[in-house]
Order: sequence, then C-alpha cells, then structure tokens
Amino acid sequence: MHNGQPETTLIKLGQPEKDTWSLCRDEDGLPEVRPAIVPLSVWQQHIDETDLAPWLPSDTELSPALAEELTKAPLVAIDFPAFTDGRGYTLARLLRERYGFTSEIRAIGDVLVDQLFYMTRCGFDALALREDQHLDDALRALGAFSVSYQPGVDIKEAMFERRLREAT
Amino acid sequence: MYRYDTYDQTLVDERVAQFRDQMDRYLAGRLSEEEFRPLRLQNGLYIQRHAPMLRIAIPYGMLSSKQLRTLADVTRRYDRGYGHFTTRQNLQLNWPKLEDVPEILAELAKVQMHAIQTSGNCIRNTTSDQFAGIAKDEVEDPRPWCELIRQWSTLHPEFAYLPRKFKIAVTGADHDRAAIQVHDIGVRLWHNDKGELRARVLAGGGLGRTPMIGDVVREDLPWQHLLTYLEACVRVYNQFGRRDNKFKARIKILVKALGIEEYRRRVEEEWSHLKDGPQTLTQAAVEAAKAHFPEPNRREVSEAAIAAYEQLRQNDRAFARFVTNNVTDHVVPGYKAVTLSLKRREHAPGDVTADQMDAIADLADVFSFGEMRVTHEQNLVLSDVPVDEIQALWDKLQELGMANPTVGTLSDIICCPGGDYCSLANAVSIPIAQAIQERFEDLDFLYDLGPLDLNISGCMNACGHHHVGNIGILGVDKKGEEYYQVSLGGNSRDDASLGKILGPSFYREDVPTVIDKVLQVYVEQRHDDEHFLDTYRRIGIKPFKERVYA
Repeated sequence: MHNGQPETTLIKLGQPEKDTWSLCRDEDGLPEVRPAIVPLSVWQQHIDETDLAPWLPSDTELSPALAEELTKAPLVAIDFPAFTDGRGYTLARLLRERYGFTSEIRAIGDVLVDQLFYMTRCGFDALALREDQHLDDALRALGAFSVSYQPGVDIKEAMFERRLREAT
Repeated sequence: MYRYDTYDQTLVDERVAQFRDQMDRYLAGRLSEEEFRPLRLQNGLYIQRHAPMLRIAIPYGMLSSKQLRTLADVTRRYDRGYGHFTTRQNLQLNWPKLEDVPEILAELAKVQMHAIQTSGNCIRNTTSDQFAGIAKDEVEDPRPWCELIRQWSTLHPEFAYLPRKFKIAVTGADHDRAAIQVHDIGVRLWHNDKGELRARVLAGGGLGRTPMIGDVVREDLPWQHLLTYLEACVRVYNQFGRRDNKFKARIKILVKALGIEEYRRRVEEEWSHLKDGPQTLTQAAVEAAKAHFPEPNRREVSEAAIAAYEQLRQNDRAFARFVTNNVTDHVVPGYKAVTLSLKRREHAPGDVTADQMDAIADLADVFSFGEMRVTHEQNLVLSDVPVDEIQALWDKLQELGMANPTVGTLSDIICCPGGDYCSLANAVSIPIAQAIQERFEDLDFLYDLGPLDLNISGCMNACGHHHVGNIGILGVDKKGEEYYQVSLGGNSRDDASLGKILGPSFYREDVPTVIDKVLQVYVEQRHDDEHFLDTYRRIGIKPFKERVYA
C-alpha cells in the first residue's frame, strides 16, 4: 500500500488490522480458504462451523428468528452493494440496539472513507475498506466529528439530554 | 431565534473542516466525480448549467440581521452580488467557484450558518410557518419543535443515504401556511380537548413528477414521542423505499404502494421498539428549546398610536393598499408582521442584491428586533413591527422597491430559477413570471381578482410548486422546444388539492394571453366574495378550457 502502512484495508475498532477472514460471494459450495465470510444462505447450512461467518445483503429483512440465528455467528458482515445504498446502516443498528448483537459487525462492499463515521455510529466495529481507499484518509475521517446530536450505538444520550445534565 | 452553544458551533466548524478535506481529495483526484457528488450535495453544492450553485440553509426560515449582512458580504466576495431566496426558505448563490465553497462555508459558520443537508438524499432543511410565534391562529409555536427536528436530523448517521430526498414541514396554527400536506412528512401541532399537545403526522405528500397529498399516519401523537416517531417513519422508508428507480424512490411512492394502513402498521411496529428510548422528549428538553425563542422586548403601543394608524389607513389609499396586502395581524395588540415583497419586475422572484440585503438588515434592526423570516412564497417578513412605525417602514420599503402591495395576489408569483440557471430545467420560468407581472400590472385589477396563487416551475421537479398553484405553469420540452402547460385548481393550504391540466401546452409568448382568458372566465362567473379557487371548484375546468382553446 502507501505510506508504509500494513497491507490491510480492514479497520477494527478504529485501528488498522490485518484481515484474517476471506470473503466469498459465491452461493455455490464452500470456500477452501478459512476462516471465510460466506453468503447468508451458505452459512445457514453450516451454522456450527466456527470458521464461517455470514454476510447479509442490504435488502435483508431482519426478523427476530434470523437475528436469533445470527447470535451464533462469530461475526456478521453487512454488504454495501453501492455506497449510496443506506439500508446497511439500519441493519447494523437493529442488530446492535434491538437484538443486542455483541460480536463484530463488519461493513463490506462499497465501503468508502466518507461513510466510516456514520457506520461507526450505527454499530459497525469492523470496516473493510474498498481496495482503492486510502487508509490515512480513512483514519482521519473516523474522527471527523467530536459531537453528535443523536444517540447511536456509540453514544446513548441525545444532545438535548447531555445539555440538561451538564447544566445542572 | 436559536443561538448556537459550543456543541452546535463545534459541529458546524468540524463540518467545514470535513468538507475542506473532501474538496481537497476531490481536486487531488482521490475522490471520483460520482463519489464526491453526494458529499457536495449534502453541503448544498450543485454543479449547474453555468456554474456551481450553493444552497445555504435558513432553518425554518429564521434569519438575523447579522446573518443577512454576512450573506451580502459572501455574495459580493464570492458571487455576483446577489442571492435567490427559494421556496424552501433557503438562499441560493448562483455563481460561486467550486474551490471557494469551503471558504464560503467557513464564513457562514462564523454567523451560525451552514449548508448542511440542503440537498442530497437525506433529511433536508425543515420548513415552517413564516408567522410562527406571532400568528393569531397559532396554538403552538412550531419553531422550538423545528429546532429539535433540525438537531435530530443533522448528520443523522442512519439516514445520510436515503433512497431520495426527504422534506419535513411543521405547522402549529389552525391555518396551514407551511404546505404540510405536500411534504414527505408533515407535522401539525394541536391541542386535544384536555389541552394536551399532540402532533398529527402525515406522510407521503409531495410534488415533483408524481404529486400527491399526504395521508395521516398518526392523528394524536403525544409530543414526547415526536422524534422517536419520526425516526420510525424514516427508518421504514430507508428500509423499504425503492432504490431501483430514482423517479419512484420518494416516500410517497412507498406509501402508495403499501397503502397507508400497511405503512402505518410498519411504522407503529418499528416505533414500538423506539418508543420511550433515548430520544424521548422531556418537558425540560422542550423548555430548553423554547428558551431560544423568547418574546422580544416589545414596548407598549398606545391606543392613540393604534387609532392614528387606523386613521392613516382610512385617509391614504396607497398606504391602505400596502396594509391590506402586505401587513398581517399579530397576536400582540399594536404590533403587525410586514411582508417585504421580493416580486419586482426588474428582478427574478426571490432575488435580492447584496446592497438590498444590507438595507433589509438595517430595517430589521430598526423595526423588528434584528430578525426576519423567509417565506416559502419567496418573500421576507419583519415579524414584530409596532403600528406607529409601519408608515416609516413603508417609506423605506418604497425606496428599496419592496413595498409592492401585491402579496398574495396574482403578481406574487412563486417561481423556480428555471432554464436560465438550472441544469434540470426544460424551459425558462423567470421570463414567464416577468411577462405575467407586466401584463397584469394594474393594481385595481389585481385586487379585484383577490387572493390568487400563480406558481411556475421550469420542469416537472416542481421547485416552483406549480401543482399547488391556483394557476400552475409548467415548462415542458417537446423536441427541443419550450412549451408551457397550464393547470388550474391547485392549493397548498388547509384543504390542499393538486391542479388539473387545462389541455395541450402553449408557446411561451401565448402564456400571458392564456392567463388573461382564464381570469376572464373567473371574473364573469364568480359569485360575490368567491375567490378564484372557489369559483373553479364550483364550475370545474370545462368553462376555462372552452374559453382558452376556443
């Protein structure tokens, strides 16, 4: 890559990290390389294999039954087929806030520098950058804002509540 | 009006820094055109026909004299010395340089302004009633609620990549001056018979290609739940709105496809999880928001002064005309709201020069506590003028050319920038407005016609709100030629309705004559005290059609 950064485009918990998982988009058969992130339907047939994890398409309807199933996964990836597709943000929030999912949620696909701040706020803790993205831009973008008005997965308090708390 | 604290200021300053970084990466080739597009749009920056266009947010239309002076300064230094007030209470610069925009945003941030989410597929600037806080028919001042919505929607992490743009309008009055029925979400604040504040939430209204009137999702939402409920409404849209076709991506298409019952069911299901969550409003939070909108320090206006004002109105016909059309009653006796008409033949509707901005800022300081409001009809309002100063203000406005006593008349045209500026437009719109204003200049005739909304859009995106004009004019392109389609019967107010197309479209030069024929039919057929819309609704489109196409 550039600037002597490690050869990775994964950011985990705000830090660059070597990615040990391979990504398989093929619906037919199992990848030989493990651990691997595989389509949801493939994973569902091999749910007990701990070196497999599912990725969800952006149009996934997250039912309670599916959310329950996903608790067995070592990580859940959410796909961004295009950076303009905002459904993944809602999926991540639902997984974290409604279903209490605590393992890694990883953004895959069209993951660009300027989405990372929002993704983090919605509960993504692993960001698999699209290959052409610059890591130093990405790390800078993560800290673009030091304040937010809305509660999210990161901050539980709305700004209006914070102001009231600090005023007393 | 709302004043930033350090958190608001930090956020806006960080937004400027972020955009500066994005612009640098774009200019350095590290961001593609396509990837930069949503980033610049969410900072109000369009690439237009002649130049970039920058849309600056004026949250729910509230503007201070200090801010307006900065806007004047910005238009002089970075543009061509004028700006354009839009139908969504914002201000557009038509000629900024692309690379100057981060610097412009930094200048705006110094006076607590920004261009955040004035464009793009996100929640846009929330709009409201220009007479908020002073209207006689108001039950609840919508501005604190708009501010709470502004903060909730600003950089909302989940809703920056919606299927399409998303517009929210709020009213707290008996009469709707915010056109809430033609917004993605409309909110009406009202009191139930126990005096408790409730919100009626509408969804799925909108203009554009497929105009629709919004449906009621929830009639009686307790105020505490406003933000969580809006979050549920937008979340359902984010998940299920169409993304395959941008012309079918607005929430109105989703609501229509699902039916309001099913949309409501999904929203209520979603909300059942969000209800009572961390965005639930408390009395203290609402009081804190309301504290930003205090009553100004109004002086006592004597009975004698009020009597003298009424006397002047009796004696001076020109003053009386101005008062009747441009002065609005105020909840406080002795005070009035004065509308400054930005509809003058020598300027495009809504256009104001830098020098005029400075002059208006001075007038706001002298006559109305340094504040003004932008209306969705593209005029400005000084909301707190004592009656014994209205004559002095009127004199100043005449010098400025903003005393045209035509607010609410045929001449008070709503008009988009059109093909002269906008790359989307099929046809020009400003010259049409000017031709109509020229043709119908006679004040007595305008007054005789009574209240009449004439709205012009240069394309079906409907920025000029032609669907809800009593008379609507739409520019269309047929094989590279500009034509104009006329519709009748639209209305954005309480009993909102969409106009019906009169028939085949017209050449540009024929439009004033067509309007003249439409008006003739009204004048001949109206009953006493019937407004244009009433007559149209009684007699239907046929008599108009017969006259125009005879």
